[in-house]
Amino acid sequence: MSRRHLAILTATVLAAASLTACGSGDEPGEGGKTLTYWASNQGASLEADKEILQPELDKFEQQTGIKVNVEVVPWSDLLNRLLAAATTGQGPDVVNIGNTWSASLQATGALVEFDDATLDKVGGKDRFVPAALAAAGAPDQPPAAVPLYSLAYALYYNKQSFADAGITAPPTTWEELAEVGRKLTGDGTWGLAVEGANPSENAHHAFTFGQQYGGNWFDAAGQPTFDTPQNVAAVKRYVDLMAVDKIVNPSNAEYAQNQSVSDFANGKAAMLLWQAAGANLKSQNMAADAYGVAPVPFLASPPAGGKQVNSMVAGINIAVFKHTKNLDGALEFVKFMTSDTEQVTLNKTYGSLPAVGTVAADPAFAADEQQVLAQTLATTAAPLPQVPEESTFETLVGTAIKELFADAASGRPVTEDSVREKLTRAQQQMR
Amino acid sequence: MTTTTSPPAADRAAGTGRPTRPAARRPRRSLLPYLLLAPAVVLELAIHVVPMLVGAWMSLLELTQFHIRDWSGAPFVGLDNYRVVFDLDSAAGAELLRSFRVTVVYTVLSVGLSWVLGTTAAVLLQRPFRGRAVLRALFLTPYALPVYTAVITWTFLFQRDTGLVNHVLVDQLGLVDEPPFWLIGDNSFVALLIVSIWRTWPFAFLCVMAGLQNIPDELYEAAAMDGAGFWRRLRSVTLPMLRPVNLVLLLVLFLWTFNDFNTPYVLFGGSAPAEADLISLHIYRSSFQTWDFGTGSAMSVVLLLFLLLVTAGYLLLTNRRRNDA
Amino acid sequence: MRETAAERLSRRVVLTLLAGFVLVPLYVMVSSALKPLQDVQGAFTWWPRRPTGQAFVDMWSTVPLGRYLLNSLLVASVAAIFSVSVAIFAAYAVSRYRFRGRQVFSVTVLSTQMFPGILFLLPLFLIYVNLGNATGIALYASRTGLIITYLTFSLPFSIWMLVGYFDSIPRGLDEAAQVDGAGPLRTLFQVVLPAAVPGVVAVTVYAFMTAWGEVLFASVLTNEDSRTLAVGLQGYSTQFNVYWNQVMAASLVVSVPVVAGFLALQRYFVAGLTAGAVK
Repeated sequence: MSRRHLAILTATVLAAASLTACGSGDEPGEGGKTLTYWASNQGASLEADKEILQPELDKFEQQTGIKVNVEVVPWSDLLNRLLAAATTGQGPDVVNIGNTWSASLQATGALVEFDDATLDKVGGKDRFVPAALAAAGAPDQPPAAVPLYSLAYALYYNKQSFADAGITAPPTTWEELAEVGRKLTGDGTWGLAVEGANPSENAHHAFTFGQQYGGNWFDAAGQPTFDTPQNVAAVKRYVDLMAVDKIVNPSNAEYAQNQSVSDFANGKAAMLLWQAAGANLKSQNMAADAYGVAPVPFLASPPAGGKQVNSMVAGINIAVFKHTKNLDGALEFVKFMTSDTEQVTLNKTYGSLPAVGTVAADPAFAADEQQVLAQTLATTAAPLPQVPEESTFETLVGTAIKELFADAASGRPVTEDSVREKLTRAQQQMR
Repeated sequence: MTTTTSPPAADRAAGTGRPTRPAARRPRRSLLPYLLLAPAVVLELAIHVVPMLVGAWMSLLELTQFHIRDWSGAPFVGLDNYRVVFDLDSAAGAELLRSFRVTVVYTVLSVGLSWVLGTTAAVLLQRPFRGRAVLRALFLTPYALPVYTAVITWTFLFQRDTGLVNHVLVDQLGLVDEPPFWLIGDNSFVALLIVSIWRTWPFAFLCVMAGLQNIPDELYEAAAMDGAGFWRRLRSVTLPMLRPVNLVLLLVLFLWTFNDFNTPYVLFGGSAPAEADLISLHIYRSSFQTWDFGTGSAMSVVLLLFLLLVTAGYLLLTNRRRNDA
Repeated sequence: MRETAAERLSRRVVLTLLAGFVLVPLYVMVSSALKPLQDVQGAFTWWPRRPTGQAFVDMWSTVPLGRYLLNSLLVASVAAIFSVSVAIFAAYAVSRYRFRGRQVFSVTVLSTQMFPGILFLLPLFLIYVNLGNATGIALYASRTGLIITYLTFSLPFSIWMLVGYFDSIPRGLDEAAQVDGAGPLRTLFQVVLPAAVPGVVAVTVYAFMTAWGEVLFASVLTNEDSRTLAVGLQGYSTQFNVYWNQVMAASLVVSVPVVAGFLALQRYFVAGLTAGAVK
């Protein structure tokens, strides 16, 4: 390369470097009368969500004069987009985040901290359901978000299939579930449907089973402890539903796009472990009286240290980016979204539970499904580890379980050793 | 698309009987050529070269979620990220090596088979017959189809319970009893390969077809007079005449296929099974899903160096052979 | 030279197999688009038992397909036009002039094609954002940014192909024009370009297709307003369901224009390759 070219190149690099170094997006401007809001996909489609949210946003504009531009972001994109927004200080003012990501996103330092003073601006700490607020950031820090929609896992079962097989009550232990499942399996239908290729779903179940076996995925210092005997047993128990009990269609090993819900709705599977599946089932033409909802089972005889936990504290949080040009407006919007009226309207539409205590008794949440979810959340749900590496945990452990399901589906044995080996490898990839 | 102008350029300069560039222009040491090039140079610098250098710089930083927001202030860790990448005893290093191996096998098979299919089709369509134009259009269609529509259709075909592939294998032909998986486990590599070949071979077909048009009919006529059959003509006329095309074509296909991200990304939805974990998807996951952009960048730099090395070696080798000949 | 019977037979067999390989996915795309959702979720059937055009109606409301389509059209056309314009000048310089750095330019530009996209994705994203913050020129999340990105993606191949094409145009024509007093640019526009139409068309088509199909950069560099089809189509797999029939219908709709365009212009493409790149 000639010297001239070298000079040009150097100049360009320097120019670009100086540009990248000095820009940072916090300058105030443009009156701040509009907010950008990224909503997560909660309903049947992105457009459907938009139609649900728009009237509420119009209401907010009427009340405050602040216009909210909503973009519904698909889950496949959401974490990357949030990360991009955190990196660059550009993008939305207010966002929905999966509550399990709270600590991970908190670690970037891009989200507004909800210390007590800030919480007061959105209605006060006491408004929120404590368990849900606990899943909004690391335990020793102010939350990085506040809860918006609360969810928990429940066991959905097909009433007709149960009646046909002469089963009178939903199973309460995994042993029962396996036994019931065997009765329900056959003739092209299966006992249970799982989302075997979906890392997040897998990781959530790994957490719940882990709790029941007395395992922890992170120790007190925040270090990963994936391959403890308890966690190995927990993961094996989950995968064994397909590998040993054979109550799960091997096809489920490639499910990653909620096909398990469709299978349940279409009668191809008699049971499903899911968070607030009602709205989805309705959209797939399964009537609400066609299925029953029960708490997720426990172990019949829990080992020492096993916890009485049968769901994670699931849900969607709402957070504000520090780079917002209109912090007050953004908090005003958070307050609006967590107000009694909006909590009832939105959670009712999505079949989720309110994140604030004041409207828990509202008739909108009196259906069986919501009762079970509320009961679970109140008594037997625990938050996923609130550590910065949580999203990495979901990816790595979830993927390891996906591989185990693939093994099980293709008839390869799933042994304690093979489970441990996968978990060890996942742990080694955490740095 | 490709990288290598040098063989054709060298070829041209070496003179295929054509007059080389007029020396007459040279004395006017005009700025004009530089002005003409300026837009292209500026764009390439801005969109490719500078970001690439920034990327190389990032590979020296500890760029995790803790530092991503203020990335210019991320701790400088020197070659630590590279140490992780090359440490084959660590999980990250071992996984990368495995992904690299998968990619090499995938590339060799995909490029090789695509080339064979493309050349076969081009040779068979060399002479006019009824329906030739239709076939030609049909064969080119996969190349024209946008990547995601093509791959997503294949995803649908490969579904275990509802896909065409198993419907044919199990229900119609009865070749296997138990429907196999295509998108997870061992077969995922095969699935990936099939999709890749489906998308790639039309390009080989296109290029070889163009190359064949440069072969003068007289050569075939002469060969036919000597009594050469189909294979003989192929070996002694077609393939040697296609050599310059093939040299470029194979290199282009190699680089495309080795860097292929879209096919596995759309086919497996972001998390490919280990058997089909191509290197660019692996790097994408290492960067975006585990939020470790420093290590991800280090892997990319290593990949780039590898490709540079292979390409340079390939060009040297093919040029030397040509010079020897 | 006559074809023997065996040769003809094997030619037919091989071509039929290849045609089948190509056709099957295309056929499934069409037939699945004509099925109701329940049928695509059930066991595979070759023929739609209850054919319906409903997917072609629903697909517009499940995702804002119209907007994505418009964005893709805009981005791909503008990127293609600019890419070709820039390439024409560069190729003319390389083909007709000897100057210092010519070789360096060729090699550098083409070697950028070796760069793994993933290596400069994040840096490019950061540069766009910071450039926007510093100067107010919105590149991130705008169609402009995407256009600039894509036009550089197709640039190297376009330059390379056009250099080959220009080289094949006899220099005698240039010289005749110059004797008539035409300057270099007039020579380019009045002599070289008219003779290079197939090459230019081929390169335009290539640049358009490159921009039309790109996924990775579009997924990071766009937002709701500037989203292109390549990313937008992922919206059919939602929290509730994968609307396979709508995916196929939408795929069909976004493929037909490019495929038709490409096939209509394929002759130029082959001619362009013949004269240029594959020499």
